[in-house]
Amino acid sequence: MKRSTRTLSIQKREALWAYVFIAPWIVGFLIFTIGPMLASLYYSFTDYDIISAPVWKGLANYQKLLFNDPLFWHSLKVTIKFAAMALPLNLVIGFLIAVLLNQKVPGVNIWRTLYFLPSVIAGVAVALLWVRIFNARIGLINPILQEYFGVQNPPGWLQDPNWAVPALVIMSLWSVGGSMIIYLAGLQGVPTTLYEAAKIDGANTAQRFWNITIPMMTPVIFYNLVLGLIGAFNYFTEVYVATSGDGGPVRSTLFYNLYLYQNAFRFFEMGYASAMAWVLFVIVLIVTLLVFRSSPLWVFYEGELRK
Amino acid sequence: MQNTRKKMLMTPAFKQRFISGIKAQELLIKLLTTIALATGAVIILTPLIFMISTSLKDRNQLRANPPPIIPWETVTAEVDGKLEPLYEVDIDGETRQLALIKNQPGGRGLFVDPAQPETVYELIIAEQTELRTVELHFENYPEAFTQVPFHLYLINTLIVTFVGMFGMLLSCTLVAYGFSRFKAPWLNVLFLVLLSTIMLPRQVTLIPLYVFFQKIRWIDTLLPLIVPNFFANAYDVFLLRQFFMTIPAELDDAAKIDGANPFQTLVYVLLPQARPALVAVGIFHFLYAWNDFYEPLIFLHSRENWTLAVGLQTFDALYSVNTHLIMAASVVMVLPPIVLFFFAQRVFTQGVVISGIKG
Repeated sequence: MKRSTRTLSIQKREALWAYVFIAPWIVGFLIFTIGPMLASLYYSFTDYDIISAPVWKGLANYQKLLFNDPLFWHSLKVTIKFAAMALPLNLVIGFLIAVLLNQKVPGVNIWRTLYFLPSVIAGVAVALLWVRIFNARIGLINPILQEYFGVQNPPGWLQDPNWAVPALVIMSLWSVGGSMIIYLAGLQGVPTTLYEAAKIDGANTAQRFWNITIPMMTPVIFYNLVLGLIGAFNYFTEVYVATSGDGGPVRSTLFYNLYLYQNAFRFFEMGYASAMAWVLFVIVLIVTLLVFRSSPLWVFYEGELRK
Repeated sequence: MQNTRKKMLMTPAFKQRFISGIKAQELLIKLLTTIALATGAVIILTPLIFMISTSLKDRNQLRANPPPIIPWETVTAEVDGKLEPLYEVDIDGETRQLALIKNQPGGRGLFVDPAQPETVYELIIAEQTELRTVELHFENYPEAFTQVPFHLYLINTLIVTFVGMFGMLLSCTLVAYGFSRFKAPWLNVLFLVLLSTIMLPRQVTLIPLYVFFQKIRWIDTLLPLIVPNFFANAYDVFLLRQFFMTIPAELDDAAKIDGANPFQTLVYVLLPQARPALVAVGIFHFLYAWNDFYEPLIFLHSRENWTLAVGLQTFDALYSVNTHLIMAASVVMVLPPIVLFFFAQRVFTQGVVISGIKG
């Protein structure tokens, strides 16, 4: 035993140690990632209700999904509608707060703490709270709209098919602190020398903002955009809690991930749900790829200057 | 033109005015920023205050619309065996407490002194002040906790959170060490594979995992929520590896020369220095596991195995009229993350930036 280790070269011994240390991940990757991925791909071509063995159906699930299931397209539409509202608002508001918090104002640390606070308590409790804030009878939003903004007929929010998704968008904006803190870090990373140079050249505050801050921040905006898009396709807890898992009223909040969950764990259509999961994977890949491919058009990396 | 401007710049009076102008502008910007931040803070805090205030109201107070932020209770007095609201009333320069017994047309009402109900006064209600006291119903908290077995949910959540955190820290430290300090064939490729798993939506693996856990009889136990943590995850390995890379390798070499094996080097040289990173990763795991709803919902079926997130949602689905009790339970659920946040703010604001938001 001792002789055999001695005969191993230093490189081989180092490699052996490396694999010893990463072994937990390799084992986990095989059991919890690769294995399930292959199984999921197989299920997606079958009819499977867990109780009886999967029955091979070829492309039937994908065919139904793309051509015969209006709810699939509807859930995709709901998800994209949410993303199209939430992402730009999140970007503008998060960026604006970050700019404000980057000023030298008294008590800036307290402000930062306050704005970040809602992001640490995401989940069921927050959704339960907002359901009540939107409630017409005991809620907070409609009395405020009526008293202070003179709105005659405030919307029914989560009870109204037209207003349910906007209500969820407002709920999500409460946690804007999460992206704000990333923008803030980005702002603090912009070299002050750039601003000083621009000042000497006679650029005013607005010019410095448009020509230095915005371009320097595009990588961070890009990062938040990718995260936000993937987040929209994973959106689940809030809408499940707000609608008791139904995606109501009249399916107006049937998000993609919620519809997938219903197929898998309510109707036990495991094969169909697996096909939905793979379509989701392809969508996430395409979206990320598109955003990445478009990034040279608008994302500015400081490193490019130095080349 | 150019000359006169140059001359103007020279004069000390102009210089003085110019500098104080800049200062005034700076002060104005600071003031406007503070006003904007304060407005935003009110919007951020109002829902939280609403949550706490609602958790302290009783059913009666819940009915008030618009909902008062402070849980008021009307002061009443008994008149002819009925409880009537008391008003502070001004009669002939004398302030008296009268009970409103009947509403009359035109916003008027009939008032009596509860001590002498014979004399009736007709007054305009809006001109009188209703007597109110603050009633805080702290008993909502114990009541919420006896309506459903929240103590079981709490224990389950604590087990899932902390055992999972232990497994995650243990496995991710080992794996991050392996990826940061050694050279081996295919290691870089494997690291890219690890990173690419971040892209994989968890729905892809979830259904087969459910089938697998059912076959080994793990469904409706806490195991599916705990055990996978012992096999490392891409986010935390990446974060820890980045941190390990910043620790100079000379220290490792010194330990190696002293005869330490790689395992001892990790424990005695790297870990003591990696504490900030471990704390950050640990805190993010706490938040993720504490708030997670999706996986507990799928893997746990019977009531006694639920975590707080699932228990709270089900409590709402069954007794949604008990808004005050649900808000009390919600306050208890958001309290640990908030307390943790205040104690470890720096870790948060820095760690978030490194890792993005996990989940």
